[in-house]
Amino acid sequence: MFHDADALLLARIQFGFTVSFHFIFPAFSIGLASYLAVLEALWLKTGKALYLDIYKYWLKIFAVVFAMGVVSGIVMAYQFGSNWAVFSDRAGPVIGPLMAYEVLTAFFLEAGFLGVMLFGMKKVGKRLHFFATLMVAVGTMISAFWILSVNSWMQTPAGYAINAEGQFVPAAGWLPIIFNPSFPYRLAHTVIAAYLTTALAVGAVGAWHLLKDFKQDHARKMFSMAMWMAALVAPVQVFVGDQHGLNTLEHQPAKVMAMEGHYQSHPHGAPLILFGVPDDEAQRMAHAVEIPRLGSLILKHDLDAPLAGLDTIAPENRPAVEVVFWSFRVMVGIGLLMFALGAWSLLARFAGKLYEWRWMKRFAVLMGPSGFIAVIAGWITTEVGRQPFTIYGLMRTAESASPLAAPAVGASLVAFVIVYFTVFGMGSWYLLKLMSRAPQPHEPEPANVPGHAAGITPASALAAGAGESRHG
Amino acid sequence: MADTTVLTLVWAAILAFAVFMYVIMDGFDLGIGVLFPIFGVGKERDTAMNSIAPVWDGNETWLVLGGGGLLAAFPLAYSVIMSALYAPLIAMLLALVFRGVAFEFRWRDPGHRAFWDIAFTGGSFIAAFMQGIMLGALLQGVHVAGRAYGGGWWDWLTPFSLLTGAGVVAGYSLLGACWLNWKTEGETQAHARRLMRILAPVTLVAILAVSAATPFLGNEYFQRWFSMPRVLFTAQVPLVICILTWRFIRSLRRNYELAPFVLTLAVFGLSFVGLGISMFPYLVPNSITLQMAAAPASSQAFMLVGSAVLIPLILAYTAWSYYVFRGKVAHEGYH
Repeated sequence: MFHDADALLLARIQFGFTVSFHFIFPAFSIGLASYLAVLEALWLKTGKALYLDIYKYWLKIFAVVFAMGVVSGIVMAYQFGSNWAVFSDRAGPVIGPLMAYEVLTAFFLEAGFLGVMLFGMKKVGKRLHFFATLMVAVGTMISAFWILSVNSWMQTPAGYAINAEGQFVPAAGWLPIIFNPSFPYRLAHTVIAAYLTTALAVGAVGAWHLLKDFKQDHARKMFSMAMWMAALVAPVQVFVGDQHGLNTLEHQPAKVMAMEGHYQSHPHGAPLILFGVPDDEAQRMAHAVEIPRLGSLILKHDLDAPLAGLDTIAPENRPAVEVVFWSFRVMVGIGLLMFALGAWSLLARFAGKLYEWRWMKRFAVLMGPSGFIAVIAGWITTEVGRQPFTIYGLMRTAESASPLAAPAVGASLVAFVIVYFTVFGMGSWYLLKLMSRAPQPHEPEPANVPGHAAGITPASALAAGAGESRHG
Repeated sequence: MADTTVLTLVWAAILAFAVFMYVIMDGFDLGIGVLFPIFGVGKERDTAMNSIAPVWDGNETWLVLGGGGLLAAFPLAYSVIMSALYAPLIAMLLALVFRGVAFEFRWRDPGHRAFWDIAFTGGSFIAAFMQGIMLGALLQGVHVAGRAYGGGWWDWLTPFSLLTGAGVVAGYSLLGACWLNWKTEGETQAHARRLMRILAPVTLVAILAVSAATPFLGNEYFQRWFSMPRVLFTAQVPLVICILTWRFIRSLRRNYELAPFVLTLAVFGLSFVGLGISMFPYLVPNSITLQMAAAPASSQAFMLVGSAVLIPLILAYTAWSYYVFRGKVAHEGYH
């Protein structure tokens, strides 16, 4: 039962499924919280109602996203124990305290100030309300800090010893554990990804409303802000991503081999495989379209540098190239498209046509969900690329799982799939509904939410933003 | 087996505090969820929902601290307990998904409000019931093999665990009704008072039944309660519960608003102390003690430094958040 292959596979699918779903929401709420803080700061500074309108518009969306992030996150906090008991027992002394710090420094901060942020505008005054928004935004960042430290430690474990019970324990202090080798790169790459994801979603909503009415002030403002973000941050992300890749090459070479599709070693300069059909069974790349030597240039900054392939890795330690190769290309491809959108918007901006060029706006609408796809693809790349280990090089996934029978895991997986698709499917529908209405100047009280004038429920607190309930 | 170190004891106390905070804070808002269908559609339901909308998220965070803290301070117990309670745990998590999003979704989609009200109630009920079942399943003991859970995946389901499940549902509902008695007025408050008169005796009977059954589960519970001289101390627990019950009845008669809530919290507190008496020094009855499950001192010490500063801070801003939303809530919001 302990080494039940079916139960293991089901547990892996369950974890991958629940974490992928969960990750979508924080990726959005990290960016949105910061965006909201910026909007409220601009409103306080300039006194322009425009910023407040946009703030309230996105606050409603934030509330829905945040609720979904919270409930899917609680699942994660317990799934380590329910499905990965052996891992939890052995890694708990190292990763547990980091996760506990996430709860103490981030979750409580977010939850404690969220109520005031959503419902307290009239109760606490502008400045205190801004402080609440700021605390929520800071909370999302602190949360990212700790959880990515945990993930990075599993990727590049450092600062540990192993005790008599086989547990990983801190060897000498916590700094080497927290600031393990891949952490700074992963943190920067992920937080920027969250910002870009949000910028593209905001930009798409702006573009959508500009396509209908290019004079809409609110849509103009959010579109302009989002396009600045895309134009300035997408290039930064390309650079940070490259640095992260070099760090991975240093610490997890097998993952990079899988990303690049390098089954074979190249002693005299490796090609960059643009596309191909990886075949893990035969350990070769079929129909490869490649540029000679470019792989070595990118990874080693030298055309002739030798690059090892998966043939140097023991077969039982190789990750699934068939997954990682594709997910990596999806992420990079989308990243390049974001870069292109940013550049296009700059061009339009300097031509004085930012709000007019229809094809650019259509492209921006199309790119709305791209950030979410990119973060999931990136996540799959890094997580599947770590396989077959949970703690890289030290603890195998196969020995990490709980001693559960396959039917138990199978049943829970089915339940998760049904519930998540129902609940988060409907949640996404509500988000789209909220986004499909343009923010209004001086938005009136909601018309068809009876008896919520003074603002305690989301619908009413955001009364000003909820005028759209009449339009829908 | 080594004695329990001070650090481990401190962590046991911190986690007990976190779980207790969770039980009372999410207790009242899960209870409101359970009672939701009894309230009239429209004003009454909106009022009930409004009274917890700004705080439920913070309340639920204590659950995450309970889980995360257990993983950090007692990783062995975390891994054994979570796999032993697999089915009720997953059911609880999924139920919390439904009731958590219902807070937002019922306002977003008036056309499906009835559906989200059912999700809110169903989710709250199942979450409360499963928490009770997990408590019972843990108390009756789980089969441990080596450093892992060694039982089947239906072991948790027994008459005793169903009893504790029902008890927790009743207790949470009582807390919810007391909260509404405090936070609302007029019709909703009168309704809450009627519910309190029914729920208080039901909760008391449940506490009595669980207390009566526990010593006979084995696991040395009998000795922990009734051996001399322990009994001199342990007997105080039911005694104080009797006194609190008397005060509760009096506060109901006099239509006090806050007192019944506080008294119910105190009863929960004493039940919690009772649990502690039954379990200590074990985390998993008869198999894993606090010290066996404890993370190394370096892990516990690292967290303690932060917790000593952060938990008081958290309590402070949580209190502030409750203070901001103080006073009576009506269907149209706080005044």
